[in-house]
Amino acid sequence: MAMKFKSRSSEKAEMQLTSMIDVIFLLLIFFVMTFRISAQEGDFNVKMPIGGGQGPADTTNIPIKLRLRANTDGELVDIVVDDSRSFGNDFGKLREFILQLTGGNAPPKPEDGPEVEIDLDYNLRYEFVIGAITAVTGRRQGDKIERLVERIKFAAPRKQQ
Amino acid sequence: MAIKQKFDTKVAEGDMTAMIDMVFQLIIFFMVLINFSQEDQNEKIKLPASELAKPAEAPLEHPVVLNLDFSGSVYMGADVATVASLRPLLQVEADALKAKGLGAKDANVIIRAHQRTAGGLVQELIKKCQEVGFEKFALRAQEDRP
Repeated sequence: MAMKFKSRSSEKAEMQLTSMIDVIFLLLIFFVMTFRISAQEGDFNVKMPIGGGQGPADTTNIPIKLRLRANTDGELVDIVVDDSRSFGNDFGKLREFILQLTGGNAPPKPEDGPEVEIDLDYNLRYEFVIGAITAVTGRRQGDKIERLVERIKFAAPRKQQ
Repeated sequence: MAIKQKFDTKVAEGDMTAMIDMVFQLIIFFMVLINFSQEDQNEKIKLPASELAKPAEAPLEHPVVLNLDFSGSVYMGADVATVASLRPLLQVEADALKAKGLGAKDANVIIRAHQRTAGGLVQELIKKCQEVGFEKFALRAQEDRP
């Protein structure tokens, strides 16, 4: 005897997606609104305990004095090393001098290398200060950074003119 | 008179699969790129550029972030002060470190100064921090790849 089977409904099982799509769009809007494209940032480390800017206690380890002079607009006009050598406003020449001084080699330990004391005019723009620190602390060769001077400190601030 | 139903009463549904796939991919893209470490950044500050400014491999321990803008205002978290009136805010940070069994000298003061700020103002800011006992400073710059 032939049996009759009841055929199943051919309708698709469907989920209710509306609320999920709502939440996903809210998430998307959040991420789009908070998204910011910004360049990478890095630090120059300066260790300056109080009194450290008032001259070295050990006279055998005298820091290299880097004097940065500015005009009235805050532009760099002169870089003078140890009150004797002037490099104009050319950071390239300053770096060459530091390369000669260090032999292009980083000190084995950061505390062993030479120290640079930066003395700047009050109104010198900060971008030039960072430019000088960049020229002194190292150079980039491709993706590699060669360290030259690790110890940087500032002299006492000069009075505003 | 019987009227024959002309249209199908089923709801017309588009195929959402492709759209959901794409939206998920967009969400993943933005989630991967979002950087919560930029919370301390201040949009008023345009950092000076340096070819040696490379992101540190490990974050600095006990950071105290100071944003110094062109006009001389210092932004420290939600607080704003001038360099001259910053001491109470720094003292609060120093006391918080003391409560943790640390000192101001263990903290790293991250200075994010605008590129056109007077260098002397940055020196004054460092001096103000030194007076409270901070010793380690990190001058932040923006990476400038040649």
